[in-house]
Amino acid sequence: MFRKNILIVAPLLFTIIVQAQDKYFTKNAKIDFFSSAPLEDIEGKNKTASAVLDIKTGSLHFSVLMQGFEFDKALMQEHFNENYLESDKFPKAEFKGSIINNVDINYQKAGTYNAKVKGTMTLHGVTKDLETTATIKVNDDNLKAESIFNLLLSDYNIKRPAVVKDKISNTIKVTIDAKLDPLKN
Amino acid sequence: MKPKLLLFAFLLILLNPSFAQNEDTLNTIIENKPLNEKVNAPFKSTRVIMSHSIQMVKPGVLDFLILHRFGNVNRGLYEFFGLDQATFRLAFDYGITKDLTIGIGRSSYKKELDGFLKYRIIQQETGQNALPISMVVVGGITLNTLRFADPARKNYFSSRLGYYAQVLAGRKFSEAFSLQLMPTIVHQNLVTNSKDPNDLFAAGIGGRIKLSKRISLNADYYYVINKNEQLENFHNPLSIGFDIETGGHVFQLHFTNAIGMNERVFLTETINDWADGDIQFGFNISRAFQIKKKRN
Repeated sequence: MFRKNILIVAPLLFTIIVQAQDKYFTKNAKIDFFSSAPLEDIEGKNKTASAVLDIKTGSLHFSVLMQGFEFDKALMQEHFNENYLESDKFPKAEFKGSIINNVDINYQKAGTYNAKVKGTMTLHGVTKDLETTATIKVNDDNLKAESIFNLLLSDYNIKRPAVVKDKISNTIKVTIDAKLDPLKN
Repeated sequence: MKPKLLLFAFLLILLNPSFAQNEDTLNTIIENKPLNEKVNAPFKSTRVIMSHSIQMVKPGVLDFLILHRFGNVNRGLYEFFGLDQATFRLAFDYGITKDLTIGIGRSSYKKELDGFLKYRIIQQETGQNALPISMVVVGGITLNTLRFADPARKNYFSSRLGYYAQVLAGRKFSEAFSLQLMPTIVHQNLVTNSKDPNDLFAAGIGGRIKLSKRISLNADYYYVINKNEQLENFHNPLSIGFDIETGGHVFQLHFTNAIGMNERVFLTETINDWADGDIQFGFNISRAFQIKKKRN
């Protein structure tokens, strides 16, 4: 009888331990965006994005607070939050998705792997499908994930007023640079 | 024995992270962040209209202000509804830190120079146990540079000076609505008549309602408590106008009965009355220049 119970409990205990090592996370992922425009370049930098990667399933989740984006020009930062992203209404942007070729990545072996990422991006209250490529660098004790992709302001209902329409590009280049550490419970 | 073990197994299932979604893990990580965020941009400009607002100049930013008032609109076509007369104040405000601003200005009215320091003691926050309001103190000094009316008598430099101090206590109630209270004291070293008070106390209120992302309706009003009895037709200054923001500029267009463009003047010399149509059209233009780049 006792042995039977052990059979139930032991695997559960085991999954707790294993589970803890399956996930990698960071609270300091870097997300930059850049927009080139005739009048002035617009560049925002955020060093406090959160990310979790489950290496077993390839499931990937990014979250970033819009207020955390920093600009060279203080006024630009205020307008970014007040007029364009409406950060009080939509405080964060999120990506939920997975690495679709997760089986190709050997997380046990150091090296650089190409990843195909697919999921949904939520920005300014609008959710859109997003597909991009990333590189995953497997190091001894951490992972490094990098990706560059473009977003269109019009896709996310971010309006450019008529007077600045020619001065602000609709295309925004987003650069992701995240170093993920094993998640310890 | 057996029920206990089953309970233990059940607890393990509950606690097992494989049953929790990735999402939850991430949310827990995010929740750990301090949730108190500063509330920014209660006003588009550092002026409500006449008065200082709880909005500060950003650090490293030089704000060049052109404040313009025309004559009374009820003077008719001959004076082109006041546009033939104009007074202005040119000013520079500089954000030393995010909470400290220094400013200088010169008004054509009475050839008055003025300077001020503005310090934000607390800034409104969101989150648990957050500060519900912003509180800013302003201290200013004014210097009249008109030639002395009577050069024959002994004139003192100190007679040219006036001072003002105020507390701005305000709150951004919503994205669209901000309101501030402004208890103010003005001291003049020299007043026109012996019975005029040297110290004036005023209670002010100012606010804005956003009509769109870039346009807001603003108003400010001062009730002068011990108003100058000698100046029989003194009226409390009331200003109503619009803020229009276009990137680096803020345009403020307004109507006011206030005379002058610093606290010393408009709290002591406003003889225009809204009821008589003695109002002036005016505008403020604010242009922000980023002098010092943010450190990364």
